Amino acid sequence: MVEPLLSTDRLVKRFGGLVATDTVSIDVRPGEIHALIGPNGAGKTTLVSQLTGNLAPDAGTIHFAGRDVTRLPTHARVRLGLARSFQITSVLREFTALDNVALAVQAHAGHSFRFLADVRRDERLRAPARRGLEAVGLGERAGTLAATLSHGEQRQLEIAMALAGDPKLLLLDEPMAGMGVEESQRMIGFLQALKGKRAILLIEHDMDAVFQLADRITVLVYGRAIASGTPDEIRANAEVRQAYLGDEIAEIA
Amino acid sequence: MMAALRTPRGLATVVILLVLAVLPLLTQAFDQRYLLSIGTRIVIWAIAAVSLNMILGYGGLVSFGHAVFFGIGGYAVGILDAHGVSSGWIQWPVGVAMAALWAALVGALSLRTRGVYFIMITLAFAQLLYYVGVGLEAYGADDGLNISRSRFAGLVDLRDKASFYWLCFALLAATLWFCSRFANARFGFVIRGAKSNDLRMTALGFPVFRYRLAAFTISGAFGGLAGILLANEGAYISPAMMSWVKSGDLIVIVVLGGMGTLFGPLFGTIAFFVLEESLPPVLNLVQKGWGEYWQIVFGPMLVLIALYARGGIDSLFGRRHG
Repeated sequence: MVEPLLSTDRLVKRFGGLVATDTVSIDVRPGEIHALIGPNGAGKTTLVSQLTGNLAPDAGTIHFAGRDVTRLPTHARVRLGLARSFQITSVLREFTALDNVALAVQAHAGHSFRFLADVRRDERLRAPARRGLEAVGLGERAGTLAATLSHGEQRQLEIAMALAGDPKLLLLDEPMAGMGVEESQRMIGFLQALKGKRAILLIEHDMDAVFQLADRITVLVYGRAIASGTPDEIRANAEVRQAYLGDEIAEIA
Repeated sequence: MMAALRTPRGLATVVILLVLAVLPLLTQAFDQRYLLSIGTRIVIWAIAAVSLNMILGYGGLVSFGHAVFFGIGGYAVGILDAHGVSSGWIQWPVGVAMAALWAALVGALSLRTRGVYFIMITLAFAQLLYYVGVGLEAYGADDGLNISRSRFAGLVDLRDKASFYWLCFALLAATLWFCSRFANARFGFVIRGAKSNDLRMTALGFPVFRYRLAAFTISGAFGGLAGILLANEGAYISPAMMSWVKSGDLIVIVVLGGMGTLFGPLFGTIAFFVLEESLPPVLNLVQKGWGEYWQIVFGPMLVLIALYARGGIDSLFGRRHG
């Protein structure tokens, strides 16, 4: 049995009377793509926010890379190798695509209390940033302001930023959101290529993408993980069919 | 240098810096001593404006208490002087250190908040020191205190107007140099990135708070330096140095000149002082007695700039690249 890279133990988060995360225990193993699915309002983003440290859980623990990170601030978790992309595109709009990735590289290149050297001439940041942009297919757009990139390109830029620190685990919050069919296919291909090299926790509404990519799937409904297993097991799971997937699953199966 | 002359912005900047560099010679040639005194105050206020721009312009943090550093720098000089410590070698480092310390304290508390709360907390801390100044009977309270200028034995005599001006100008040049480096260095990129999207910067792994606190402290230290110079300029300190009106003026200057640009605060300071000095006499020419109400003209001018020249005076020179 492989030691999981990330695991939660009976995580609970309440907002007033609403239990947004209801004793959830999930884990992500090294190199696997673990998909988290569930209808709108199932608490997927709330769960991710606790994993990243943006929200503090009310009970339960989060372990990452062999450490208890439940109380660790966001930036410290990122340092340990836990990177994320946002559901709503979140790039530095006033900076070029290359600057965006270079800043992501900089975040992992020691402290930034350096006041004199010109950061745009720092090849220790620029070279890996350029490679990162090329890897996601944005090499040509390096000098473009992030704000003027197309929606799909901004999503790609996000992935390049998340990958810049060479993270152990990627949390991808709906990376295909708002993408056209062609862009989605390209993103699926890109994630497929990452498979095995990095662990990914994928939150996604696009069921085609999920069943193509995932090694394991966890289904979240009303804050509870009602099922967890391989794509085949999830397809066959009666509770899942009833509670959530219904027709969609039947289509794919 | 030659390349800079080819753009309107570069040309204007070089001309302004050259004029400022030789201002004492000009005012002497034309026998306009009063202008040198205004010039000195412009240079000192420009240092404060550049320092405010470090956090307001590059960091997007609207600190509404920056004039407090005028007061801290000024009172460090004045209080030490009142106790017989007249050496600038002691006064000035103490003034800058106190300003940095205060900035670190205020920053540690205020930078945990956002938006209006941040504005109110920085204002509240500035008002706190303002009222301390008002209450300091031993140092003149409300009326302020006449002081003797800092002594730098053998090196420079601050009583000499031209020498003092050049010292201020050199310190402005040094402040601008630091600002130009810091804004494009790793540190400046973190600050500017956090202005753009601080959630993103945190998710990238930057402890944003620490960097902002450092920027706030550095900004306060330069503000303290400006306060030290201001006290020496008039040989006088008073709580009015750190009134919230002065803090407001500094924000106006930075916005007027162009937030987040290197020379914008300098442009803004010059425009502010020139308007303040020239609007009253010009209005008096139009109709005797109108000069008193110059701010009625000045206010709408600021509104127009805020509405139509978003980047301030700096943006009038065209878009900047990079």
